[in-house]
Amino acid sequence: MSAAQSILLASEPLLAIRGVETFYGKIQALRGVDVEVHRGEIVTLIGANGAGKSTLMMTICGNPQARAGQIVYNGKDITHLPTHDIMSMSIAQSPEGRRVFPRMTVMENLQMGAILEDDKHFEDDLKRVFTLFPRLKERRGQRGGTLSGGEQQMLAIGRALMSRPKLLLLDEPSLGLAPLVVKQIFEVIRELNANEGLTVFLVEQNAFHALRLAHRGYVMVNGAITMAGTGRELLAREEVRSAYLEGGAH
Amino acid sequence: MEYFLQQLINGITLGSIYGLIAIGYTMVYGIIGMINFAHGEIFMIGSFIALTVFLALAAIGVTFLPLVLLLMVIVAMVCTAAWGWTIERVAYRPLRGSFRLAPLITAIGMSIFLQNFVQITQGARVKPLPPQIQGGLILMNNPNGIVVQISWMQIIIIAMTIVLMAGFSLLISKTSLGRQQRACEQDRKMASLLGVNVDRTISLTFVIGASLAAVAGMMYLLYYGVIDFYIGFIAGVKAFTAAVLGGIGSLPGAMLGGLAIGLIETFWSGYFSVEYKDVAAFSILAIVLIFMPSGLLGRPEVEKV
Repeated sequence: MSAAQSILLASEPLLAIRGVETFYGKIQALRGVDVEVHRGEIVTLIGANGAGKSTLMMTICGNPQARAGQIVYNGKDITHLPTHDIMSMSIAQSPEGRRVFPRMTVMENLQMGAILEDDKHFEDDLKRVFTLFPRLKERRGQRGGTLSGGEQQMLAIGRALMSRPKLLLLDEPSLGLAPLVVKQIFEVIRELNANEGLTVFLVEQNAFHALRLAHRGYVMVNGAITMAGTGRELLAREEVRSAYLEGGAH
Repeated sequence: MEYFLQQLINGITLGSIYGLIAIGYTMVYGIIGMINFAHGEIFMIGSFIALTVFLALAAIGVTFLPLVLLLMVIVAMVCTAAWGWTIERVAYRPLRGSFRLAPLITAIGMSIFLQNFVQITQGARVKPLPPQIQGGLILMNNPNGIVVQISWMQIIIIAMTIVLMAGFSLLISKTSLGRQQRACEQDRKMASLLGVNVDRTISLTFVIGASLAAVAGMMYLLYYGVIDFYIGFIAGVKAFTAAVLGGIGSLPGAMLGGLAIGLIETFWSGYFSVEYKDVAAFSILAIVLIFMPSGLLGRPEVEKV
């Protein structure tokens, strides 16, 4: 590979979403969305409830599939692949509502996260997750459904990390959690990005925290991107402040 | 006392057969929330395949009994599993995502189709099989002539059921395959987000359920010595009842429910009347469901949020 080629590859985004339209039946949820996530970035998508943020997250994972537009991950068109094939390309998602398996232990939940991975990594990956979230180690024999909200969120992220993702999709990790726990979780995301170069695409309603954490951000309104910029730029914008931050910052 | 013991042995034997079939109902319900009404017919097909293997081996002169039984069980499990896989593929998968009653209706259709298919291809008359395994252990032989005995056949049935259920429980609780199966049962969407091929896992569930039913079918054939195209209906209804009694969706529940139905039937026939044994079984089901709507070991149904 020539030097020019490798530069070209490196500059190509890890995830490129181009003109994506998604429907639920006849109802259009996404109206031509363009988002790019580059390697090593934390990119956030903020917007009000029902704007289509989670729909975009799920469309990346192929459930539902986009009806128009294109999703390119790591140079490959994944728009029409089945979910389990997309997830085997080192993408992991910690979904909205956490979706911890309630009748499986913490350990089994983590094992589920690692089903695509080689067994020989398992112990190392487990150690890494337990270092990031010591609480999970204490609770490893406990059933997922009996954990507190914050612990479930840690488990959902830990489970996603067990597959050694290159791209981590996080859907509302702060939802319903105490401010202190939110802080702790955002700190882990920052660490993963800074220390390991993990690429993160973060969907949040908690715009203040998300924009401070992220390198770049997008604002979604009614299924379309209305603003884009660096986290600091967006934080400074009057429209963003009035719509998503006033009264929301804590 | 002797009579009681004898009925207990008979009941456990019958309960083992029901339990093995009930697992198929409960697993399928657990993972896709439908009652596979064709599962009784799967059991019936299993017993026909076992009989066919037996006759084929006899025709080519293989009569060494342990080998015959081994081949019967292997071929019956494999072929019946193929039937189970095909039925899911043809009749249920295309309807996934359709309204809830659709797969139920095709399941009933599939059940009728399989019954008629076997009736036409194998004939409507009953198929006898002379007893292959005779004798047994005499446990008690008191002077007034009452004998308590457990036949070799009963020992084989109970032992085989214990081994299969232990192996199956281990598969579900300890292996990666079992975890994937349970994950799909608890949250199919999340399982797919972790890279689980959900369709394949559902197919696998049908394959496991069908192969356990095949063993039950073979044991039924050897125990009763006579089968016809209609045995799947009766046994299927009983096993389904067992699954509901134990708590549909619960695997230990299916095993326990099978045992309970077998015991109720046998004791009722032994102490009251044979004619009303089904009434007894269903009455107990009704009573249990009044007080424990989710069955003996079932989880209460909670709306997902």
